[in-house]
Amino acid sequence: MIRVRRVHDIGGLPAGPIDRSEPEHAPWEKRVDALRALCSRHKLMRTDELRRCTEDLGYGVYDKLPYHARRIASIANALLEKGVFTVDDLGRKMEAVERRWSKER
Amino acid sequence: MNQQFKVGDTVRVRRAYPPGHVRAPYFSRGKTGIVDEIAGAYRNPEELAYGRYDGEALPLYRVLFRQADLWPDYDGSAADTTIVDVYENWLEPAEGGQG
Repeated sequence: MIRVRRVHDIGGLPAGPIDRSEPEHAPWEKRVDALRALCSRHKLMRTDELRRCTEDLGYGVYDKLPYHARRIASIANALLEKGVFTVDDLGRKMEAVERRWSKER
Repeated sequence: MNQQFKVGDTVRVRRAYPPGHVRAPYFSRGKTGIVDEIAGAYRNPEELAYGRYDGEALPLYRVLFRQADLWPDYDGSAADTTIVDVYENWLEPAEGGQG
């Protein structure tokens, strides 16, 4: 029998010690949280959809990316699915931001 | 609310391993516990997760498991328990004691 155990469903697996230090959040991480709150307020996605998109990142991504990177990746995937923007829109915007950012530095 | 189980019933979490968004934790599947509380009825998150918002509300149960039943190598007290929230579609009736 094929037993699918999704990457997030880790209850009972060995995990090592818990890091109890308080994380410092970078400004971009706070923007990710703000974006997520706005998406909910505008009813663009439900928590269940965001969870599913996060799990869908799968092995090799979900378990490698830090929390907020995982979160923005799954928000992007959810909004692509919903047709809020297209892959082309997102690609062009990322390109523009990167250009602006490298000029500013 | 029309629910299949009542508090005190012995139930087993279905032993199913589908792909997709599932809220019944992997460690609970196939395990037997007792309905501790009926937590209300909510639309199925397995459907909501795919953008289908118009489903019926499903009863949600708090199911009490003995830790020793969940973890084969559990070395704590035999009286230790844990509670897992499980939607009705994941539960089936089970006989007698836990195990």
